Formats: sequence, structure tokens, C-alpha cells
Amino acid sequence: MKTMFFTQAIDDALAQSMADDPRVILFGEDIPLMRRNLLVRFGPERVRGTPISESTFLGAGVAAAMTGLRPVVEVYMVDFLGVAMDALLNHAAKVKAFSGGKWTAPLVVRAPCGGGYGDGGQHEQSLWGWLAHIPELTILVPSTPADAGGLMLAALQHDGPVIFLEHKLLSETWLEFLGSGARRTVQFDVPAAGAKGAVPSKWRPLPIGKAILRRAGDDVMIVSVGVGVHRAQAAAQTLEAEGISAGVLDLRTVSPLDKPAICEAVAHTGRLLVVDEDYESFGLSGELAAVVLEAGISCSYARVCTQTTLPYARQLEDQSLPNQQRICASVRQLLQEQ
Amino acid sequence: MPPDLWALYALMLESRLFEEAVASLWHDGLISGEMHLGTGEEAIVAGVVAHLREGDAMALDHRGTAALLMRGVDPALILRELLGHPDGLCGGMGGHMHLFSKEHLAASSGIVGAEGPAAVGFALSAQVLRPGAIAVAFFGEGAMNQGMLMESLNLASAWNLPVVFVCKDDGWAITTHSARVTGGDLTDRARGLGVQAAEVDGRDVSAVWEACRPAIERARSGGGPAFLRARCVHLEGHFLGFQLLRMVREPLREMPRIAVPLTGAFLHPGGAGLRERLAGLRTVLEAVLATLRDPRRDPANDPVRRARAALHLEEARLEELEAQVKEALNDVLAATLVEAPA
Repeated sequence: MKTMFFTQAIDDALAQSMADDPRVILFGEDIPLMRRNLLVRFGPERVRGTPISESTFLGAGVAAAMTGLRPVVEVYMVDFLGVAMDALLNHAAKVKAFSGGKWTAPLVVRAPCGGGYGDGGQHEQSLWGWLAHIPELTILVPSTPADAGGLMLAALQHDGPVIFLEHKLLSETWLEFLGSGARRTVQFDVPAAGAKGAVPSKWRPLPIGKAILRRAGDDVMIVSVGVGVHRAQAAAQTLEAEGISAGVLDLRTVSPLDKPAICEAVAHTGRLLVVDEDYESFGLSGELAAVVLEAGISCSYARVCTQTTLPYARQLEDQSLPNQQRICASVRQLLQEQ
Repeated sequence: MPPDLWALYALMLESRLFEEAVASLWHDGLISGEMHLGTGEEAIVAGVVAHLREGDAMALDHRGTAALLMRGVDPALILRELLGHPDGLCGGMGGHMHLFSKEHLAASSGIVGAEGPAAVGFALSAQVLRPGAIAVAFFGEGAMNQGMLMESLNLASAWNLPVVFVCKDDGWAITTHSARVTGGDLTDRARGLGVQAAEVDGRDVSAVWEACRPAIERARSGGGPAFLRARCVHLEGHFLGFQLLRMVREPLREMPRIAVPLTGAFLHPGGAGLRERLAGLRTVLEAVLATLRDPRRDPANDPVRRARAALHLEEARLEELEAQVKEALNDVLAATLVEAPA
């Protein structure tokens, strides 16, 4: 079976789309180097480097999408969307409503996200909950190479703005570029199954808004996205030895949420643990509690999230991000409460 | 009054040796994440910072270590911060891209261009609360294409704020050749927004000091903002382990893993015609070739060596100064590294 690294899979799906659809173009900072394999195949008209001008090239991506192109706009890191938020918040997300449903902006914003390699609080945020708060933005957070490629294809076929978040800890190229290039003296806790894995011989779009059950369980359902899914799976493995049966649901799409899958999984276990690398308050973890409550499901609930600005110091950072120890402790606590 | 080249050389050398030690610790894996050094821009930083005094503020970019050292921040505190110690300058929370010293009114940001609004705000405080004080913004030429920095030049001009915008121009916005993504001339751009602008050789500390002096004096006396564009060469590229430099320095190790997929993609069926593919290949090769013509090999591009050359007639004094600087740094390193991080 064919296997690929995480970013390789995304680029491969992107290449398939670009070969099939001449409307797909790609631009962003340092793209000639970062996407050089696409540049030499599709040429500089479709693969473009930009100045460090996020607010303009993102805003231009929105308008280009409105007028026939299918832009994939890359920003260096999701944190830097802060510079360009107007393009997403007030434009990409509003076109459909303002035009009475007659006009959309089908652009894909691709951004590396997440921590675990020591870059600190301005370069390691997740922010999917912050983005998902805005109606009409679709937020994808894949956790495996197969999902990453399939969801990139789905994003390119979607009729509205999509934010595609690529976790740096899973990305062989970002981790090499930012964390370990030229030195072998640093180690990162990279989930192997997320960094490299089986992929289909031809990419097909995965459905947006469909979660996948990574592991069945009877006592508690751990719901997560991105690297958190792998941390949850490792924790579930540990808990199994203690006689605790923990399931893991990988949302894959943060917005729109797969409410039926969430409700079904939580109704079965009666306990919900959210593992979310994004900030704890006012985000995905609270939203999941609301989804379950609104469905009338009675369950006990806990969450393991990032609560503060991410510290630069590695030891502090490791404690701040959801890790296996915190997840296991939280599950044990949940089981004791009843 | 001519600059005190001995004092400027001492500032530059302290910073250079400190950052070389940082590079070594980074390669040893004791410093995490990215590492953007200021090696190569010491003349710019020293030539500006030497004019600053109590009450002046600095808005720094992701390369702010040199400016903080030269401003008088304790090197031991910076080193402990980079090592992630809880008693570092920022409690281990900031790291090298996010260094802050309230005492020195110095704040850094890893967001390109954010130095502009920060310096404008610092200057506003100075205008209202500390007449005679100024704010300095240090940023690269890549930041000049950020809207917020252009807006900052305009606002500083409109409000006649005491800001000196210092553009450390090495010609590269990360891995992108700035000339390829920049319209017009940057100095003209600043002038177009009503800001007094000057250009200077950023490898020559005396020239920077002299070019900066009238700008700072004018800002202090209510004459409004200034823009100083100083060209330099970053001796380690954008950051340590910079991919383009690695390709040049270790071609046998780096080139195969780049060339093999690149060739595969170039030959892959489906996609553009040959002409477009060749144009794409040329774009990639241009970045590599520009790095191959490595300006780092020319000692004239090293501001510390240039300053030293200007002082070489007093060899004994030089050696004494250099021994002092090295000893002070070794004391800092010894005191900090003896308590190895867990």
C-alpha cells in the first residue's frame, strides 16, 4: 500500500486538483520555496510568492474566489491570520449572506497550526475554535495523511471559504523548517500514525463535517481533533490496561460539527471528555458540551485544553498542551465521580 | 562630534560573541524552536542604540537580542530566558522572539511589521508624558510591505511623533528575494508619507551613528518622524539552520532530498507546458543561485570585522578590550550553564 508523509499527502492532493482544474491557483509567503514541487509542475502563473502582506493577499484571495478562481492562500502560521482577520471575518464569511445567497467565495486558506516544538505563544496557537465562531467559515483539522489529502480535495470542491489547518507536529516539512533543521539534538513528541500513513492511490474528497470513530469504547468517549486525537489514542491504550474502556472520536471538521456522531458516541458512554489543543474558554470544548446538552443527552463531562498563552520553555509548554498524563488523569476523575 | 568607535565596537562585539554562544547552544539542542540571530546587523543596532537615553522606547522584531544587550539588559537574564529558565528575562514565557524589558521600555514581536504600531504608541506616550524622549522601531525590509507598517509611517507623520523607523534591509523576506515582491523604492515610500528619510551603509557603524544623529535630535525636539534605511547581510540567513544556506553549505546532504522530488514533479504528466515548467524551475534555481553568490564570504559585509579593521592600529588596546568582553561573556555562560536545565 502507498504511504505518504502528512504534508506530502496534502501537496499530492493539491497537485491532483491543480491538474484537473485550471482555476486552482496557489499563493502565499515563500511559496516558491515551500511548494517548489508544485511550482516546477504548474508554473509561476499558478504558484506565486507574495510579500509579507497578509491582509492584502488574503483579501485578494477572497475576491479572486468570488470571480472564478479557486485560490489556495497560504499564511505562514495560523497565528498570523490575526494580521488579516478582516478578510475572513467581514468578507469571506459574509459574501453569501450579503448577496442573498447568490455569490460565494470558494477559497481555501491553508495554515500551519499547533505547538510542541518550542516557538512560544505567538507561533504555536491552534485557533480553530476562534475561527469556527464565525458563521459560514468551514474549519478542517485533519489528523492523518489520508484525511489531510482527502479533506484538501473536499476543500477545493467546496462552494465557500474553508480554513485548512495543518498541524506542524504532523508536518515533516514544517517541523524540519522550524524546529530541527540542521540539528539532530532536539526531539519532538511526534505521533507516528499522524506523521506518516497509508493513502489512496487516487485522491477522492472526504465528506466535510463527518467525524470518524478512531477507537470504540464503553466507559468514556474522548472527542478531539488534530494531534489531540493521537494523544487521546495513546491515553486510551494506557487506560485499557487499567480496565477502562475509552473511545476516541476524531472530529476532522471543527465547523460544521458532526452532531449526530458526537451525540451517538456520548450517549453510548454517558461520559464525555474533550481534548482540545485550542484555548479552553469559549471554544470547541464548550461547544461540544452545548451540542450534547441541546440533544438532551445526560452525561458527565470534562475537558483537557490549553488554558493559557503557550509558554516558550519546553517543560512548561509540554504541561500546557493536552498530554497523555492530563488526559488519563481526567478520565480517571470522570469515572470516580459516579 | 565624531562617534566613539571604541565604545561602538565594544557593543557590537559583546552582541556578536553572545549570539555566537547562543548559536552553539541552539545547535546543542539546549534552545528550542526557531532562532533568528542579529549577526550582521550589529552596526545598525549599535549606531542607533548608542544615541538612546532614559525614557526612550524600542519596538523590536523577532531579532531583538542585539538591541536589548546594547541597551543594557543583563545578558545573563537573556541567556536564561533563551534556555527556558523560570528566572529568565521573561520567566521562560517569551523566548527569543518575544523578549520584553519594561525597565528599558523595550518590547519585541514575532509578527512582521508589528514594530510600526508599537513604536507609534511608544512615541505618543513620549510626546504626551516624556517630552524629549523618542521611540525607535527596528524591522526588516520585508516588513515594509505590511499594511500596518505603512500606516504607522503615515500616522507618525500626521501626528508629528518622535519615532525613528529603522529598516534593516538585507534584501530577503525569509526565503523570498524582496525585490521580486516589492513595488517602488522603500526610501521614496517613506518620503511619500511625509517622513524624513535617509539611506546609509548598515555595515559601517560610524556611518549609521552619524546618519542617525540628526534624525534622533530632530525627533527629540519635536521635528517629527524619520526613516533610516540601512543595508546589511544576515550572516546566518533568516534563522539558524536556514534551508537555503544549508543547500549551499552542505550540498551533498541537502541537494538530493530536494532535487529528487523536484525532478519528479518537473517531469510529472499533467500540469503546465514546458515553458511554464521551465519558468518555475528558474524561479527555484534563482533563489539557490542568489545564495550561492554568498555575500557572507566577503569580510566587508561583516560589520564587526569592519569596525575592528578601523581600530587595528591600536592592537594592544584592541586585544585588551576583546579579552575583557570575552571574559565577561564567559562569566555569564559559566554562571548560567553550571545549572544545566532539567
